[in-house]
Amino acid sequence: MITSFLVKSLDRTIAVAVAILLLLAVIVPALNLLTAPDHPLHVPTYMVSLFGKYLTYALLALALDLVWGFCGILSLGHAAFFALGGYAMGMYLMRQIGARGSYGNPLLPDFMVFLNWKELPWFWYGFDMFWFAALMVILVPGLVAFVFGWFAFRSRVNGVYLSIITQAMTYALLLAFFRNDMGFGGNNGLTDFKDILGFNIQADGTRAALFAASALALAGSLVVTSGIVGSKFGKVLVALRDAESRTRFLGYRVEHMKLFAFTVSAMMAGIAGALYVPQVGIINPGEFAPANSIEVVIWTAVGGRGTLIGPIVGAILVNGGKSIFTAAFPEFWLFALGGLFVLVTLFLPKGVVGTAQHHLARRRQARAAARKEDEQTDLEDAKPMAAE
Amino acid sequence: MTEKNPRTLLYLDGVSVSFDGFKALNSLSFVVEPGELRAIIGPNGAGKTTMMDIITGKTRPDEGEVFFKGDIDLTKRDEAEIAQLGIGRKFQKPTVFENHTVWDNLELALNRGRGVFATLFYRLTGEDKRRIEEILATVRLTARRDDLAAGLSHGQKQWLEIGMLLAQEPELLLVDEPVAGMTDAETAETAILLKDIAKTRSVVVVEHDMGFIRDLGVKVTCLAEGSVLAEGSIDFVSNDPKVIENYLGR
Ligand SMILES: Nc1ncnc2c1ncn2[C@@H]1O[C@H](COP(=O)(O)OP(=O)(O)OP(=O)(O)O)[C@@H](O)[C@H]1O
Ligand SMILES: [Mg+2]
Repeated sequence: MITSFLVKSLDRTIAVAVAILLLLAVIVPALNLLTAPDHPLHVPTYMVSLFGKYLTYALLALALDLVWGFCGILSLGHAAFFALGGYAMGMYLMRQIGARGSYGNPLLPDFMVFLNWKELPWFWYGFDMFWFAALMVILVPGLVAFVFGWFAFRSRVNGVYLSIITQAMTYALLLAFFRNDMGFGGNNGLTDFKDILGFNIQADGTRAALFAASALALAGSLVVTSGIVGSKFGKVLVALRDAESRTRFLGYRVEHMKLFAFTVSAMMAGIAGALYVPQVGIINPGEFAPANSIEVVIWTAVGGRGTLIGPIVGAILVNGGKSIFTAAFPEFWLFALGGLFVLVTLFLPKGVVGTAQHHLARRRQARAAARKEDEQTDLEDAKPMAAE
Repeated sequence: MTEKNPRTLLYLDGVSVSFDGFKALNSLSFVVEPGELRAIIGPNGAGKTTMMDIITGKTRPDEGEVFFKGDIDLTKRDEAEIAQLGIGRKFQKPTVFENHTVWDNLELALNRGRGVFATLFYRLTGEDKRRIEEILATVRLTARRDDLAAGLSHGQKQWLEIGMLLAQEPELLLVDEPVAGMTDAETAETAILLKDIAKTRSVVVVEHDMGFIRDLGVKVTCLAEGSVLAEGSIDFVSNDPKVIENYLGR
């Protein structure tokens, strides 16, 4: 059952993308660790982390594509799930610091000592264990999405209204995480990490491993999403995206379908956030900013919604552009991003990958038609020959 | 009051619904027996589509009873549940899934597990494949099976939708204006198709095309202003002075 699900998911473009990601997971760390710094093919560590960060953004965009591209749910709050996963990882990393913090408290993170707290809050229990934190990385965003989706989809909130309440959700979380008494480090968030799984988080080897983990997580998620999208369930998603009430009259529980896709998507976003935090070294409430979620929508639109590969390409292109652009003209980046969104919406509504796929399909069709015609003329040519 | 018979497939009694004070259905009573093919006529705004909305759970009645197969109260169930109980519906405006192929449209409509996991791990069995091929042949779309539904002609979309209804294997089929926009030849074929379908299940057809209704040759109900004006054979109904005044004479 599961194997057929996975085999079906591996259509050609997806298979190529997965192969590239697996290759990157090996080559980039190798070029970083095994070549001398002056070697022409050497990839410096800062680049490894930068690209690792892009891969986590790509995973976030892929997660959004599952709900936006295939169910028509324009979530403007997906960065919230990313941030929740990031916080879960951040809490693990904080507890790994142990007595090495500025206050030397073996149990309490620095910010708690600073706030004069005497005990570890109950919700920090267990985060000293990696497996527990890893579980929370998936469960917490999944649970938030499940509860949110349960109410929203059951009340049949759709379209713009749904988008607005997803923005409200991420904004509410932003305000909550800003508060010191919430116990997540308030304004400053969680930072000054030292180790992950016993390895120095700054070390080249750790950085390379985190990059590889990001590439693998993206490849794995691509296989899973393409399996979902390629199954009959995926067809139901597209059906309800295009004609929701018709789908209900066929007997499908539209709200359950959406809830499943939304929850899986939030879990993927959580994994992306968890891989992001150790690579950038900090998580703070700014990650919940409504604008962050909107940026994810732009990446996805630029790459091409509903294509799975598109959001990955879009996230890497836009963020690569951002890194270059903000170095040259920092104050113009937001204008450039806004302009890009307008241009893509007007001239490339299918996005970069969507448009390319469209043209390829058209060319293939034209070639097939031409071949048919050739065969026909060949036959006609053959007839008089036979007569002679 | 209609007498409730345990054999009755569909039973509506005293159903009323209003939209912003406008009474779309006014104490409507209506009964369909198993295996019956019934035609419904009536002027625009008579409440024909609204009646289907009530039966399929899209609209809740303000008052009145709606029972399926004797004792299943349809007013307490939602669209998905009612569809699973065996009531299929074709809309007035043809709605097929345009971004899916003809084949996928039928596969989606097939009467199989509709849950998240049932669909996630669904595999097309030989039996399901044969069933879809059979329906494709019935609605004459075999040649278009791999084309997107968006590319079908209007009449073909109507037929695909009828095919989707067949795939659902409902006990009761509600068909809203199936021949609107069809050519005369298509209309005649549709009448044959519906009569054929009605051999194994009950069908309720709403239509304005009197020629088509005549072709069907079944009991006719005329609705007007949300209630039943007349019921009987086509000749009986079309000679009723109230029907002539309200509908045919216009
Ligand atoms: N959801 C709704 N909200 C408001 N008014 C409605 C709604 N649904 C139906 N109506 C009104 O109820 C009346 C009955 O409409 P209905 O669609 O049932 O008529 P009909 O008999 O199907 O007509 P037609 O032959 O034009 O399809 C109309 O006046 C319509 O405007
Ligand atoms: Mg109508």
